[in-house]
Amino acid sequence: MNEALAIGSAVIVLFGSVLSLFSAFGLIRLPDVYLRSHAATKSATLGVLFILTGAFLYYTFVHDVVSVKLLLGIVFVFLTGPVAGHLNARAAYRTGVRLWERSTRDDLKEALQQERAQAKKQAEIRDKLR
Amino acid sequence: MVDLLLQASLVLLMLSIAGCMYRLLKGPSVSDRIAALDTIGILLLSMIAVFGMLQGTTVYFDIILVIGIVSFIGTTAFARYIERGAVMEDE
Repeated sequence: MNEALAIGSAVIVLFGSVLSLFSAFGLIRLPDVYLRSHAATKSATLGVLFILTGAFLYYTFVHDVVSVKLLLGIVFVFLTGPVAGHLNARAAYRTGVRLWERSTRDDLKEALQQERAQAKKQAEIRDKLR
Repeated sequence: MVDLLLQASLVLLMLSIAGCMYRLLKGPSVSDRIAALDTIGILLLSMIAVFGMLQGTTVYFDIILVIGIVSFIGTTAFARYIERGAVMEDE
């Protein structure tokens, strides 16, 4: 019984590493930084969640250790992975990294132009008042 | 059986880290390198978890937490640096 549970958690860990391998494959093959950040953020985070969950189950069943630290690690990776990906993609767009030439839609461009124009106008007004 | 599965997942994780290293060295823009570095940090964290399971100890849990936190802070600092040219801004 215990052996079966251990094998089950090890299979979960193996599935997580397969997901991580897919994310590395996407990181190599996809054409631009925004598409790559999908692979780097989503599937890598899911893979790590699977691996840590498998480790948590393994320690719970085999060693009778319920580790709060591991749970904390799972929650932390789950929260910070997407945030880091978003920050990185935002920094990439604002520093002018090009989209893939076959991308068809860019909604952020107009919004960013409007924002920059507004900021410029406000700076001019501030300069006049000075 | 369990050991075999865990060793197989270690090999897969090593291959993924190698793929991320390729992107880290080649990546055309700085953001590519940052994304690859972030992924390497997360994969290293899971590799340490698997390694701890193989050895049957619980002492690696602290390392998992610390690597998670440091990797996130590093990514945030890099992203802010390339966006605004400074990590901390004084208002």
